[in-house]
Amino acid sequence: MRAAGGFILIGAALAVIPFLGLPAFYETFLYLLLHAVVLATSWNLLSGYSGYFSFGHGAFFGAGVYVTAALVGQYSWNFLATLPLAAGAAALLGLVLGAIVFRVRALRGELFALLTLAITFVLATIMLNKVDGGPGIQVMADIPKLAPTASGSLYLLMLAIALATVWIAHAVFYSRFGTGLFAIHDDEDVAEVMGVPTYRFKLAAFCLSCALAGLAGGIHAVFVSYVTVAETFSIALAVNVVLMSALGGTRHWLGPAVGAIVITALLYGFTAGQAPVLGRALVGVILIAVIVLMPEGILGKLLKRRRRQSSSSGTQPHPVRAASPNSEPILVARNVSKAFKGVQALADASLEVRRGEILGLVGPNGSGKSTFINVVSGHYPADSGSLIFEGEELIGRPAHRIARAGIARTYQIPRPFAHLSVLQNVALPPMFGQVVMHRAAAEAEAWRWLEFTGLASKAHVLPAELNLHQRKFLELARALASRPRLLFLDEVLSGLTPTEMDDAIRLVRAIRDQGATIVFVEHVMRAVMELTDRVVVLTYGKAIAAGLPLEVMRDPQVVDAYLGTAHA
Amino acid sequence: MPSVTLLGQSVLSGIFIGALYGLLGLGLSLSWGMLRQVNLAHFALAFLGGYITFQLSGRLDPFVTLVVTVPLFFVAGMALHWFLSRYAPDMLNTLLVTFGLTSIIEAGIQRIWTADFMRMESHYGDIRWKLGAFYVSFPDLVTLLLAMILCGAMWALIRFTDFGRAARAMTEDAAMAAAFGVNEKRLGYVISGLAAAFAAVAGMCLALTHTLAPVQIYAWMGVVFAAVMIGGLGSAMGPLLAGFLIGVSEALTMAVTAPTWAPLVSFTLLIAIILFRPARF
Repeated sequence: MRAAGGFILIGAALAVIPFLGLPAFYETFLYLLLHAVVLATSWNLLSGYSGYFSFGHGAFFGAGVYVTAALVGQYSWNFLATLPLAAGAAALLGLVLGAIVFRVRALRGELFALLTLAITFVLATIMLNKVDGGPGIQVMADIPKLAPTASGSLYLLMLAIALATVWIAHAVFYSRFGTGLFAIHDDEDVAEVMGVPTYRFKLAAFCLSCALAGLAGGIHAVFVSYVTVAETFSIALAVNVVLMSALGGTRHWLGPAVGAIVITALLYGFTAGQAPVLGRALVGVILIAVIVLMPEGILGKLLKRRRRQSSSSGTQPHPVRAASPNSEPILVARNVSKAFKGVQALADASLEVRRGEILGLVGPNGSGKSTFINVVSGHYPADSGSLIFEGEELIGRPAHRIARAGIARTYQIPRPFAHLSVLQNVALPPMFGQVVMHRAAAEAEAWRWLEFTGLASKAHVLPAELNLHQRKFLELARALASRPRLLFLDEVLSGLTPTEMDDAIRLVRAIRDQGATIVFVEHVMRAVMELTDRVVVLTYGKAIAAGLPLEVMRDPQVVDAYLGTAHA
Repeated sequence: MPSVTLLGQSVLSGIFIGALYGLLGLGLSLSWGMLRQVNLAHFALAFLGGYITFQLSGRLDPFVTLVVTVPLFFVAGMALHWFLSRYAPDMLNTLLVTFGLTSIIEAGIQRIWTADFMRMESHYGDIRWKLGAFYVSFPDLVTLLLAMILCGAMWALIRFTDFGRAARAMTEDAAMAAAFGVNEKRLGYVISGLAAAFAAVAGMCLALTHTLAPVQIYAWMGVVFAAVMIGGLGSAMGPLLAGFLIGVSEALTMAVTAPTWAPLVSFTLLIAIILFRPARF
């Protein structure tokens, strides 16, 4: 609410400027500032939040410029009527490009950056050949009279869009959507396993980002009144936008706006002082200095200081569900196979997990335990077989839908989202679980699990500040926060000291008592014997024995697998 | 449909331009694939090399200028590696820092040699031969030979020597290679120095075959990066072969449609590779 008040206040203050009768210079200068704010903030929606750096923002902006320029200049359309089309064309371009590049799961950030760089040249080529024809387009538009002067009216239009863009950035930042994007930034695979629909989110952020750039382009076409391909599709725009956001801070909704104002004012000072070449060099120097000295940007630096000072505000744990152990299967795996380039990690593995139990999954190194978890959680697709969870087939489903069905996991080597606080890490899965929670509810839920794992005092620090034992518990808290019905624990005890191990064993028991079914992968036999109701033994990707822990461990086949055949 | 002679000449010019793509891509591929540095400033360095050759060509033979530029750039490459490995650990940061460096070099070039197009006058430019129905100029042929020799030598170096084995181990896992006794720091400096030295050679070829202007720095980026990505990161011959593929496809596109459509070719090839062979990324 405070933010909304601030927006209205700033918007109203800026909106009166054209009516004050100031020299036209002020309107033009402020227009350019706002124009930069829109471009930088819209760029940041995808690139800053999710970490996919686009160097093609000039292309999407340019698409908007040329849609309006062509429709107004060549077909005499009404200027305002072209704006939705300008935004739509840019969004469509982003949609098509995103649908191609985001489909490749392993596509790394650098590749995305270079592909978007290339699209700028491609679009410039098409525009030059098909629309422009070479000399450029004259854009004479009827500008709606919002203010005494034409430049004042354009300024007001850009102001409206700038406010809307920053508002959108603010809303996304605090939304479930934004949290998902930040998780994608840190670890896309884990985000997907925690229930974030990564492909859809990236695509949506890309389209939104492009649409806003296209909208700004549509207005800018009329502002410059004469558009050429060389001026519109310049790489300088893409670079400046990246620089502005990096300077202000890409991890904050207001960062790009701050950076945009600083850089635009600086550049304006230099071009006015007849030293544009020097200005270009200066932009380069600032870019390098920012990366080296302030990798988190101005706002990032300020926020870091604030986070240190904030304190915890814990809530009381909720009442918990009661456990109901019985023999009904919750997960049935039939002939699940998975090979990696000839290594058969899972070979027709069949096993059953019963509701309410703690099932120990044991076996020598390389027997397929972790692969089994990776296949069930959707991290790897299975080659064949079937996995029925509560009557529904899991194979073929994307990982985020498996998470939503009520399955959670921990990672053997903890993989927290590095730039999210411990609290935010734990609050993420409830936002994307079976019941979609809002941020506040999810954080309340997260507090409960932080208390449960004894991490509440660390809620506001970044995962890097935790020791191994705390990180393992963070993994646990994060897996629990989605209230899974089936939980896979992948070697949560490895690397812990004996006392820490006792804590962990108590914790696992407490989790089961709350009603979750647990599959427990572990090498520490003491813990397996102490904790599990049943044990399944895997060797060479096959389940060779299942039953009560003591019985299974006496099974000659199992002894054989672990210790080799006895002679004499 | 254009005549057979025109198509043949197109293929030939495509091979020549492809050689330049490969030569520019060589250094880029090494630093990206082996050092995990996406060095956008490679293009600015190549142009700087071209301008230095241009500047000295009044007194020195263009080929002799390499005696100046190659050692100079080798040192510059090592300095760049020192800076990037110290201050820009993340691959994306290397991209941003070298983008900044590109703007600085571009501004420097513009200040010294102005924004106008410059053409190096050299007697080599007049040498051309007629092979059957086709023309071959000396600068183009030199570019092709240099590209094949350097890419081939680098390929052999990576393939057959201890240096190459160490470099391949480092590409795979730098920390692990270091643990097994590979001096990865020194190796990094050598590779970065070599990459920059290749930029100097590419720059000389640019000065021989093209007009120079600061804005042209950006014109090469898209297509050369496409060649590197299609050819394979860290590969020495890959960019050259991909360069030939792109160059010839571009030249044929120009001959069949209009010259202004050429930039679409490399991008289309790249998208096709991403769609049909995503595993290679």
